[in-house]
Amino acid sequence: MNARSLRFRAVDFLYLCMMILPLVAAMALKVCFSVSGDGVQIAGAQIYFTVPMPLMDMPLTEAQTNSWMVILSVWGLCLYMTHGLKVRADTKRQHLAEWCVTMCKKLVNENMGGFFAGYTPFIGAIMAISLFSSLLSLLGLFAPTSDLNVVAGWAILVFALITAAKCRCGPLLYMKSFCEPIPVMLPMNIISELATPISMAFRHYGNVMSGAVISVLVSSALTSLSRMLLGWLPGVLGDIPFLRVGIPAVLSIYFDVFSGCLQAFIFAMLTMLYVSGGFPMEEYQRRKADGKHSAKKAVRETV
Amino acid sequence: MELALGIILGCCALGAGIAMIAGIGPGIGEGNAVAKACEAIGRQPEAKGQVTSTMIMGCAIAETTGLYALVIAILLIFVAPSSFAGVLRDAIK
Repeated sequence: MNARSLRFRAVDFLYLCMMILPLVAAMALKVCFSVSGDGVQIAGAQIYFTVPMPLMDMPLTEAQTNSWMVILSVWGLCLYMTHGLKVRADTKRQHLAEWCVTMCKKLVNENMGGFFAGYTPFIGAIMAISLFSSLLSLLGLFAPTSDLNVVAGWAILVFALITAAKCRCGPLLYMKSFCEPIPVMLPMNIISELATPISMAFRHYGNVMSGAVISVLVSSALTSLSRMLLGWLPGVLGDIPFLRVGIPAVLSIYFDVFSGCLQAFIFAMLTMLYVSGGFPMEEYQRRKADGKHSAKKAVRETV
Repeated sequence: MELALGIILGCCALGAGIAMIAGIGPGIGEGNAVAKACEAIGRQPEAKGQVTSTMIMGCAIAETTGLYALVIAILLIFVAPSSFAGVLRDAIK
């Protein structure tokens, strides 16, 4: 092993702090602002502050702050993984970082084709933030993806991207695509266009949210069941919900870990499919060929 | 007032339950999709990865209608009663 310099280690430590401190800050915020209860409550995101704005007061909720913390944390993770890169990979973290990048490239290449390779960073970023936002519930924090507003923001972003891809050959062709195959289908096409972001947002939000609701319901049911069955135990023992140990954890593996990973993958996959499907490839290539042809002709004529 | 509130709460709960009947559709659809995927993998084991990822995509899209129903049910249970009660209180005033 090569001895690393003190400076390298110090920067490493700084990046690790950047990774962990936002999560600690999110926990501290939650502890400071949460109202005391019996621990079982189904409610939306808690409102931390309300910022006065000209038109409407803007509430700053748990979901927003947590998603910012996730962004900071993922930034720290990226800096940590790419710190001290070498041409020949000899550290674990470089191997891991290279594996992630290669997987993203492969995914985009398989599903969109080589032409869309420029979308790789966006797809990787949206996958990472969705994954880590969903996994945030493992720390006992409110997962930003179980708030519709956060996911709707991503869906609107993706919708803008899809529309930009469709407008690549001019807005006229984009408008014409609504009148296909026959002009009577115009309202239907507009509705299906608008349904894309709504269904993307609802899919992600509904899956994560339903998992959270079911987990809370099951654990509260287990609490009351254990109070009923084991309430005769003397002293403090009667108050501890023994049946709540273990069973909600198994549910959490499915709802938090598996479902979170799957939804991140599906969100990224649908983005790729919609963008590459909406792009008018034939027209674009035809125009490009025409353009090259005419350009060559012009060059020949001038020569 | 109490009667009206009771009717509001009961109807919200009933509506949420009825909305979740929509869960039947995605259940049948996803079952069909998985069955066909199993058949396809049995016929062509070498295409397992591609079949699985396509199946998961299809399941996610088929799930959407069920999730719409779920969102409606959650709104009816957690959001609608308080807002309807507010409307009722305003009307009585």
